[in-house]
Amino acid sequence: MIRRTFIKQTAAATSLVGLGGLTMGMGVDTLSRKQKKHITILHTNDVHSHIEPFPSNDPKYANLGGAARRMGVITAVRKENPNTLLLDAGDIFQGTPYFNFYGGELEFKLMSMMGYDAATIGNHDFDNGIGGLAAQMPNASFELLTANYDFSNTIMDGLTKPYKVFVKDGVRIGVFGLGIKLSGLVNQNMFKETKYLDPLEMATDTVKTLRQKERCDLVICLSHLGYEYRNRDTISDIALAGKTEGIDLIIGGHTHTFLKKPTIVQNKNEKFVLVNQVGWGGINLGRVDFYLDDKNNLESSSLVLDI
Amino acid sequence: MRRTTLLTIIYAIVIYTTAISCKEESHYAPERIKGEIIPVNQNSPTSEEITQAILPYKEAIQAEMDSVLAIAPASYTKKDGKLNTAVGNMMADAVYEMANPVFQKRTGYPFNAVLLNYGGIRSALNKGNITTRTAYELMPFENEVVVVELSGKQMRSLFEYLKGGSAHPIAGMEVQLSATGDLLRTQVQGQDIDDNETYFIATSDYLKNGGDHMTFFENPVSTLPLDYKIRNVLIDYFKKYDTIAPVRDNRFTRDSK
Repeated sequence: MIRRTFIKQTAAATSLVGLGGLTMGMGVDTLSRKQKKHITILHTNDVHSHIEPFPSNDPKYANLGGAARRMGVITAVRKENPNTLLLDAGDIFQGTPYFNFYGGELEFKLMSMMGYDAATIGNHDFDNGIGGLAAQMPNASFELLTANYDFSNTIMDGLTKPYKVFVKDGVRIGVFGLGIKLSGLVNQNMFKETKYLDPLEMATDTVKTLRQKERCDLVICLSHLGYEYRNRDTISDIALAGKTEGIDLIIGGHTHTFLKKPTIVQNKNEKFVLVNQVGWGGINLGRVDFYLDDKNNLESSSLVLDI
Repeated sequence: MRRTTLLTIIYAIVIYTTAISCKEESHYAPERIKGEIIPVNQNSPTSEEITQAILPYKEAIQAEMDSVLAIAPASYTKKDGKLNTAVGNMMADAVYEMANPVFQKRTGYPFNAVLLNYGGIRSALNKGNITTRTAYELMPFENEVVVVELSGKQMRSLFEYLKGGSAHPIAGMEVQLSATGDLLRTQVQGQDIDDNETYFIATSDYLKNGGDHMTFFENPVSTLPLDYKIRNVLIDYFKKYDTIAPVRDNRFTRDSK
């Protein structure tokens, strides 16, 4: 049995009890006061072309993972809650012959079949060059999101978006993507004239847009920056969480970090941000459930984290 | 009629409340968040649809991967030598032999030597059938051969680096360390290093770009990428020979006391 930690933003425990009565209201009251909502986020990162389960002789991950099983789990979760978003934090490509032989075609096709809503771009997604990535875009029915790669002078121009707003059961969920600095990690002849923009600045701007212009109820960052680095000045998911405001969840990748549970970080305004990452190779699916209520019904800062 | 009026009123209320809400940043806020990790393993339900979609790709890859290219009469691991190993020598020799014609075709002259990295030998070369899969196991990455032109001075830095004592695969050059680990003899194509000469060294783009701290590759006199993946070098090498039986030799040695 997993031990659960309950953390509250404030000591306003009674506010939760008080909310129960609201849905009992009738007439005009039910119109102005919205029903409680439940949004489920499923996520992967660094799947690295692991379409089949790891082989039975793998020293570490024998028989784990596999796209067909992942789809099985996703289907079960969707049955439980149709208001589910499925997201990936990059490094979809590279790691098995499926990529070497087919250049990411099957990876994108399967993700489309699984109903992925969005993904961000990892450094290995440039492994067949930016042209290799662009060539696979027709196989992707999901959005490729990046707020800090400027592709305007490249073949990927127009094929990505900085963010997308998904509406599930009336809840507006803003999802945006952040990529890691490419120089030093990827050959320049692979990423060509892709411009890397400062992830902290772009995150700050994008969250502002999502919160104010797009009126999002939830903001999720798909990041391939990496979980955390010894050098605290290097931008990472943990650093980003602490230096921004208005992000509810950072879904990370790149560092292949196996977390037992999402990490809780306090943001600039001392509000909670969750940072999650589920290792690599499709061994795990991350699941985060958001239970929301009309803002007017909530005590200003009461939030229960059931982690 | 009455019904329409009632609906209109309800709509009006909805629009009114929506209008009010629009002034806010958003409508909903989380009151509870729950997080968990779901393992994907033998106990997970399986999607037949996905299994079927994978099948034709899987079969095509298997057929290609398992086609026999050559035979290895014994097993060769990267642990079977201190400063040079049979499998490492095979990889460096394969680059020397297979990539040189490509380079020569473009430049009119051959490159002089090869330097790869010990960490880049990703598996053993096992006794028995050598298949395309073997090449993928030895070299799972997409790295390509790049030829860098180094000055005599940069070559000296290269040899200083090799003094470190890892069995980095080399071909076309010889390094002899003293018992105390100093450089005794450093030669390219059997010749001592001439400071006024430049040398063409084939390596991988990974190392050329500073991988494994090979900083002597940082500012070469010139660079020529060959668009030839190291894995494909190995596949072509295995296709060329029926038997692959590499040996440990004297290209990189250290004197014993």
